[in-house]
Amino acid sequence: MSLLETCALRAFYGDFQALFDIDFRIDAGETVAIIGANGAGKTTFLRSVIGVLVGSPEMVTFDGDKVGGLPAHALVRRGIAMVPEGRMLFPSLTVEENLRIGAYGRRTGAWDLQRVYRLFPILEERRNTPSMQLSGGQQQMAAIGRALMSNPRIMLCDELSLGLAPIVIGQIYEGLAVIAAEGMTLIIVEQDIHRALAAADRFYCFQEGRVSLTGPAAGYDQAAITAAYFGV
Amino acid sequence: MGIVSIVIQGTLLGGLYALFAVGLSLTFGIMRIINIGHGDLIVLAAFVAMVCVRALGIHPLATLVVVVPVMFGLGYVLQRGLLNRTLGDNILPPLLVTFGLSVIIQNVLLEMFGADTRRLNVGALETSSILLPGGISVGVFPLMTFAVAVLVLGALQLLFFRSDLGRAFRATSDNPVTAGLMGIDNRHLYALAMAIALAVTAVAGVFLAIRSNFDPAVGPDRLIYAFEAIIIGGLGNLWGTLLGAVVLGIAQSAGAAFDPQWQILTGHLAFLVVLVLRPDGLFPRTRD
Repeated sequence: MSLLETCALRAFYGDFQALFDIDFRIDAGETVAIIGANGAGKTTFLRSVIGVLVGSPEMVTFDGDKVGGLPAHALVRRGIAMVPEGRMLFPSLTVEENLRIGAYGRRTGAWDLQRVYRLFPILEERRNTPSMQLSGGQQQMAAIGRALMSNPRIMLCDELSLGLAPIVIGQIYEGLAVIAAEGMTLIIVEQDIHRALAAADRFYCFQEGRVSLTGPAAGYDQAAITAAYFGV
Repeated sequence: MGIVSIVIQGTLLGGLYALFAVGLSLTFGIMRIINIGHGDLIVLAAFVAMVCVRALGIHPLATLVVVVPVMFGLGYVLQRGLLNRTLGDNILPPLLVTFGLSVIIQNVLLEMFGADTRRLNVGALETSSILLPGGISVGVFPLMTFAVAVLVLGALQLLFFRSDLGRAFRATSDNPVTAGLMGIDNRHLYALAMAIALAVTAVAGVFLAIRSNFDPAVGPDRLIYAFEAIIIGGLGNLWGTLLGAVVLGIAQSAGAAFDPQWQILTGHLAFLVVLVLRPDGLFPRTRD
């Protein structure tokens, strides 16, 4: 049985329909990439899965339970975490406070402050800094650490590479590989196709709110992806 | 009255105004709600204290044991049952609803207790004072009020910066949606914030009831003092609120020393001067 599954998931912004009948599944321990152009519905999909956009119960199944109607705070307590697009650290909180608040739901597990600091040592060095004084890459590390602090069973990562220098993106994805190697289930949303496919076991390509292509990430067909990505 | 005396009396009066202001500051800081009914909630707390004194025959200060939990519970229910429904991108609905609340509280109090002016009697404590060198006498009760205000602010400071709940308050104030991604239930958290705000309001109400006359109609003036203290001090800064309240208190004392009729006016003038010279207040929260 899949850890997380969506069935005919739809999402709306007012009258505008952003997602059309998305069927998606991910097994425990898998890393799945969602790729697609700007506006394809990738972020909307993540926001629907984690309950920021609330749909109907049968649209999302997590660990056998129909959870599509639950709000985000309830899903976080069940073990879904999200690293939101643009990092979204809390400006009023220090780096360490941002990490600590990730553990607000009091889920127990392997991840704690020490373990996050071992993964990203720079965060420990800057633990008492206001979060907005970190560089973009450090902020992304803090956002990943914050999500890990909730000891999730699955982590949704939205545009980790956004606005970061290639060398920093490399560091972030190295960290992600460590997290995946320890058994974390990951959904990675990326515009950078190669980066995403290199990190993933399988991929879904979204186009205008629909799944246009899906398959294993290894040995993918470049031409097929280009067609599914741009719709040409 | 000498200048030193004016400053001391004004500072102590500022303690009471700080108690008025803290609840208002919390609800604005965390929920972005401007609670127009805040002053009337202070007066409501004063009447609850009066009922306790009459029914239980206890000392007015002892009523805190009852009034604080009652107002805490009322705050939770008020936010969860009513004000949460008004929150959204538009700031008008909470403004209008709390304005309505203000009218309702005033009229219910008027209906139940009439328009008579009340005061809670604490006997000797009311008149006892300490004589400072230089012949300045300082009232024990105003001194107590100020000490309680400092204690309340210190406790809130600890809550906000040293506890999980405090971190959650600050995070939700920054960004409620992202706070939800941390497992924080906004509806519950906002209700707790209002509960804490009204618990402080309860303390304000009891001290108001002992210090000065009150009747169902005095709430809006307390709201104005609270607003002025917050704006003078700088939005979002707890200790700034205390200093703002002290500035307001000193201005009023100075006016009263000149002519008792000037007391309220000089307070408002001090507020206007600060607003013109330092629109962000004297101690704005430094952030970003």
